[in-house]
Amino acid sequence: MEKTYYNPADLSKFGNISELQPEMGRKFFDYYGEVFKEGALTAREKALIALAVSHAVQCPYCIDAYSTDCLEKGADENQMMEAVHVAAAIKGGAALVHGVQMMNKIKELTM
Amino acid sequence: MGSTVKSLKGQQHELANSSFQLTVLQAPTQHGTQFPAFARRLQEHDLFPLKPTGTTILQVNMGKMCNQTCKHCHVDAGPDRKEIMTRDTMQLCLDALQHSPDITTVDLTGGAPEMNPDFRWFVEELSRLGRQVIVRCNLTIILANKKYHDLPAFFRQHGVHVVSSLPYFQASRTDAQRGDGVFEKSIKALQLLNAEGYGLEGSHLQLDLVYNPSGAFLPSAQASLEAEFKRRLRSGYNISFHNLFCITNLPISRFLDYLVQSGNYDAYMEKLVNAFNPVAAAGVMCRNTVSVGWDGSLYDCDFNQMLELEVALGSPRHIRDFDAAALDARSIVLNQHCYGCTAGAGSSCGGETVK
Repeated sequence: MEKTYYNPADLSKFGNISELQPEMGRKFFDYYGEVFKEGALTAREKALIALAVSHAVQCPYCIDAYSTDCLEKGADENQMMEAVHVAAAIKGGAALVHGVQMMNKIKELTM
Repeated sequence: MGSTVKSLKGQQHELANSSFQLTVLQAPTQHGTQFPAFARRLQEHDLFPLKPTGTTILQVNMGKMCNQTCKHCHVDAGPDRKEIMTRDTMQLCLDALQHSPDITTVDLTGGAPEMNPDFRWFVEELSRLGRQVIVRCNLTIILANKKYHDLPAFFRQHGVHVVSSLPYFQASRTDAQRGDGVFEKSIKALQLLNAEGYGLEGSHLQLDLVYNPSGAFLPSAQASLEAEFKRRLRSGYNISFHNLFCITNLPISRFLDYLVQSGNYDAYMEKLVNAFNPVAAAGVMCRNTVSVGWDGSLYDCDFNQMLELEVALGSPRHIRDFDAAALDARSIVLNQHCYGCTAGAGSSCGGETVK
């Protein structure tokens, strides 16, 4: 049994997920590599999006990986924190917009 | 501007000792991982022994004195370093160049090479010999004292190629690495160089910038970072430059101290080792460069110079004995720090080595 659920050393073992299902693992990593290539978006813009998503999905491995990647790709601290705020705004907004559903239900049930 | 910060040597720090640095570099990690010897990695790719491809660049370290004390400096330079090249040694460099027509470029570095009292004389003599002169100018030296204010004009007069460090396009990260106030002064110096005609589109007065990460991470792709630097420096400060050279920080001297102190050493070395790229290894700068120390000793590169790893035994080891053909037959001296030049797209004083 692991002492903790998250071990920073496991990040570098990400590739090992292919051991139990090589074909799907290969397809995933090929796709992953393709996604992060410079395209219509720059590699730096993609790293910032990945950083924001990492926070939204609350993945500590991804936060470590994409904080480093953003620094390496020349993103500055303001850009990185603004990206996190975008994630926070969408997460917060996603909760709040359901308030409309709540209000609909209130209307339905009350006189 | 960081002038109160002492060099590792001034602090009598154990990492001021090159043998101790090599011991750290060769030791296993805290978790017991022993990184493969760099020479062995080259062997796996038929690159060992590493041989020169023909020397075309003489890199001359004119002394360790500097007006800055940057946290990552591999030279451990600073205002408290007194080692400086004499005019006699410079004359020996000129004599060597006269007999070595294949060496077309002389790359002057330091410390701040401009602080050497014979700097201008040396540049004039090199210019007379018809060699392309590169000066690795830290920018702030131009504003450090009235006697340096005319350096941009002096550079222009001799067609000097200026290569300057600017680790980031914002003050926070630049000052964190190079000292408080360095960014603002660097910007002013770049504007002065632009005013002299340096770095402008179509100008033959070459101005290149050097980016090296302000921390324990690697540089990213040079082309993309260059575009971002150009956009930010143009919009924020109306500054132009030609190329951005991305240089990986090698784990020696003050950067090694930073890595150890911050607990990043093992992870950084692992990153360098895992990013080993045989194509980058084939293009390392030590294959076409010979490095001269302030006292005239010869090295394979400026990093080996700081680790006191002289060129291989049997080769000419002092500039007075310079013999390009004999040096081109040598085997390049390697150690674990060499992983820094072969990671990813490679790193050299001219940036990426994988084109």
